[in-house]
Amino acid sequence: MNLDIVTYAIPFLLVGAKTTLLIALFGIVFGFPFGIVVGLGRGSKNRVLRNICDTYCAIFRGTPMLVQIFVIYYGLAQVGFIRHNPVLWWLIGDGLNAAILAVVLNTGAYTAEIFRTAFLSLPKGLIEAAEACGMSPWHVFTRVKFPLALRQALPAYSSEAAIIVKESSLASTITVLEITGYAKRLMSETFAIMDIFIITAALYLAINVVALTALKLLERRLSFVR
Amino acid sequence: MLADFWILMVERGWALALLRGGAVTIAIGLLGMLLGFVVATPLAVLRWQKVAVVSQLVDAYSIVVRGVPGLLVIYLLFFGSVDMVKTVATTFGYQDSVDNAYPYIVGVIAIAVISCAYSIEVIRGALQAVPYGLLEAAKSLALPTRITFSRITFPLALRLALGGINNVWQMTIKDTSLISVVGLQELMRTAAIAAGITRSPFLFYCIAAALFFGMTAVSQTLFSRAERALNRGFGGR
Repeated sequence: MNLDIVTYAIPFLLVGAKTTLLIALFGIVFGFPFGIVVGLGRGSKNRVLRNICDTYCAIFRGTPMLVQIFVIYYGLAQVGFIRHNPVLWWLIGDGLNAAILAVVLNTGAYTAEIFRTAFLSLPKGLIEAAEACGMSPWHVFTRVKFPLALRQALPAYSSEAAIIVKESSLASTITVLEITGYAKRLMSETFAIMDIFIITAALYLAINVVALTALKLLERRLSFVR
Repeated sequence: MLADFWILMVERGWALALLRGGAVTIAIGLLGMLLGFVVATPLAVLRWQKVAVVSQLVDAYSIVVRGVPGLLVIYLLFFGSVDMVKTVATTFGYQDSVDNAYPYIVGVIAIAVISCAYSIEVIRGALQAVPYGLLEAAKSLALPTRITFSRITFPLALRLALGGINNVWQMTIKDTSLISVVGLQELMRTAAIAAGITRSPFLFYCIAAALFFGMTAVSQTLFSRAERALNRGFGGR
């Protein structure tokens, strides 16, 4: 490895890491509750709501993230109604915002699937017991259903979190310079392809290890036996 | 509106171009998946047997590729091999043919490298899940190791691995879209070109999305049919 190239590349990649982290953080902060809501919608008794949520999940899980990000950034910009609405235009007119929106919508569909199965796996007796105690539906949800489902879903959600970090790399295809975007630029600038790849891979692995460890700690904190 | 669509799709020939792109996507996905699976099987067996050194190397490969965005792996393979392939091809005088075929070859290899890393984990998990009693039974019948593997362990593991392989395939077919960023003319690239020329990105990217959706939906059905067939005689689910 050439040390000059390493010292030249690292500052750029760290700037990119900030953007990657920003996208991933927004993806988790907005995608997690959104996914739970959609997951609940898929289990609801209302048929219209259930069909809408099912269709949303099927579409976002059945198409590549690249297509989704292109439809949002390039496709929606063509629709006049969105171009003339300041709020919507702010949301998709900027590459970074569009990337965050795409990541949130994408991870929302996968998170919904994780939580749907988690809610399905809850023992019926516990919920009946809570209802028999006279708990309101809201209380049953916040005190019984959600804590149990969260425990059930957390291991699967931590691999989803790692996927969010990786998917954020697609933002580089719509002009947002995050780690992969800088890596591509540095590769074609310095021709030290392998060196750049190793540094970039190390950065991604470091981010993923930190995220997975944090979620593992949370998992341990939430488990019955400590 | 409908007439415009007709002109765009049929008279300008975009429908045909998109279908051709879709065919390239399927071909690259299938070849990459197949190559990845063929390479992954022996590697997974080595991991399963915990062969010293090799096992750690396979582990490192699998962790790095699974922990890094697919896009980055594709950049590495494309940028890393352009010069080498060019020199080799020019020395042997195959300049033109390689210029045409090169992106396809590297595309298939890139997809194989990614899917292989995931396949290793799936196959290894399946091998470990084969009930130990069956292997002991084979041993007590004095079956040679090779026959135990090819007649008992591997077929049983294959059945257990099917669900995981389905997941890897779904991911692989979606990952082929990433190859478009390096200029290979598959579905996504064709849609991008069409979007640029006709200035209607919304329409063409939505069509691309629909075609991808069709591919995943059809393969999902095929996989669940295969699963049902393989589970016959196992107290079917």
